[in-house]
Amino acid sequence: MTDTRDISVVVNGKSYGRAVDTRRTLGDFLRLDLGLTGTHFGCEHGACGACTVRVDGVAVRSCLMLAVQANEKSVQTIEGLAKGDILTPLQQAFQDRHALQCGFCTPGILMTMAEFLEENPAPSEADVRDALSGNICRCTGYQNIVDAVLQTADTLRKGRDAA
Amino acid sequence: MKPASFAYHDPTTVADVVALLAEHEESRLLAGGQSLMPMMNFRFVQPAHLIDLNRVEELGFVRVGGNTLAFGAMTRQRQIQRDANVQQSCPIMIEALSHVGHRQTRARGTIGGSISHFDPSAELCNMAALHDAQLVLGRKGSQRTLDFDQFARGYLTTAIEPDEMLLEIRLGRWAKPQGFAFEEFSTRHGDFAICAVSCLVTLTGAGAIDTIAIAVSGVAPTPQRLRGFEIAARGQTPGHAFYREAAIQAAAIEAMSDAYTTADYRRHLARVLTYRALEKAVARFKSQDTK
Repeated sequence: MTDTRDISVVVNGKSYGRAVDTRRTLGDFLRLDLGLTGTHFGCEHGACGACTVRVDGVAVRSCLMLAVQANEKSVQTIEGLAKGDILTPLQQAFQDRHALQCGFCTPGILMTMAEFLEENPAPSEADVRDALSGNICRCTGYQNIVDAVLQTADTLRKGRDAA
Repeated sequence: MKPASFAYHDPTTVADVVALLAEHEESRLLAGGQSLMPMMNFRFVQPAHLIDLNRVEELGFVRVGGNTLAFGAMTRQRQIQRDANVQQSCPIMIEALSHVGHRQTRARGTIGGSISHFDPSAELCNMAALHDAQLVLGRKGSQRTLDFDQFARGYLTTAIEPDEMLLEIRLGRWAKPQGFAFEEFSTRHGDFAICAVSCLVTLTGAGAIDTIAIAVSGVAPTPQRLRGFEIAARGQTPGHAFYREAAIQAAAIEAMSDAYTTADYRRHLARVLTYRALEKAVARFKSQDTK
């Protein structure tokens, strides 16, 4: 028994129409149907956060959402952050601060922190650590990730002050 | 990993949901998906019919009544955290919600999903117990409202029948400003709690206990109120001996044991967290008094 639906989703600004199995998770849809393999699957039960993407701006676990639930919604993935070779301030800070080693968890962390910084432009270190609690990183010990997020907040603040 | 195949339904009204429930025996309701989706990915649960509630807009609301705070079952945890009425009239909900999963799971997770799933350590089930919640259940053609004690049946088990759904959660709202505290222990922040204790308290002008409510979760299969202690507490003066007596009562709850956590350790946590919760709630009541 296979149950399928036609869905249309805007991913990183581009429209896609596909027929999907209703049991297809959003993360598998992005990776296997659209070939957007930047979104990583770690645990597939909502514990690790690696698969975090933004649906209508909200950071969510793409392993705990069905593709059919994203019908007529707008999704942003890690591929939608940089403009060509131009990194976002958050990505640049991750490079500057060595906030990744193997990089497997990084897409989920960047999508989560992008949303977090939009809502909390001047976070404390404790705020950042709280927001990071839903993403597991086995390499860095988190310190450089926290530094990179705080540096990003600082960079964006200076940008606003100058404008 | 992926879920086993199912027939997917995405109704937009409660009337359509209960009609589908009446029609299909082997069905499950999908709320925020932060518990059911993992169970389906692991194939612990393989429903023949999946009824998705995410398009049922009438189930997303927060309403403040005279002495109740009512939530639609599909109200997202994040939405509750950010609701000004909840922040003002029920601050312990905000404190409890800060322990519920992580920002990405609270963005999807709902109050009704959590209470229907009924994990013994779930913070929102603790809140329902603490606030003497009333649960509104609906099925095709009828509704019924249960008190929390009637609703809570056991480990992951509620009174919701297979053809029923949870529609609304009504928390009893305290008239006067209250001292409050939510104390929890989990291995890492946002993990499932091993034990959590919540406390609401008001004091008389003379500093004695006026009203107190204490709920302990993660120890027994369902959240437990310390009702005997709550009644005996009226008129007592809070202090070390008082907190210690509550802690002893909490540690007397018959505790569960599993592969990770022994019953002894759960009772130990219940004792420590109850002491801390009462002490903090009383201190908060006193500090708001002096403002």
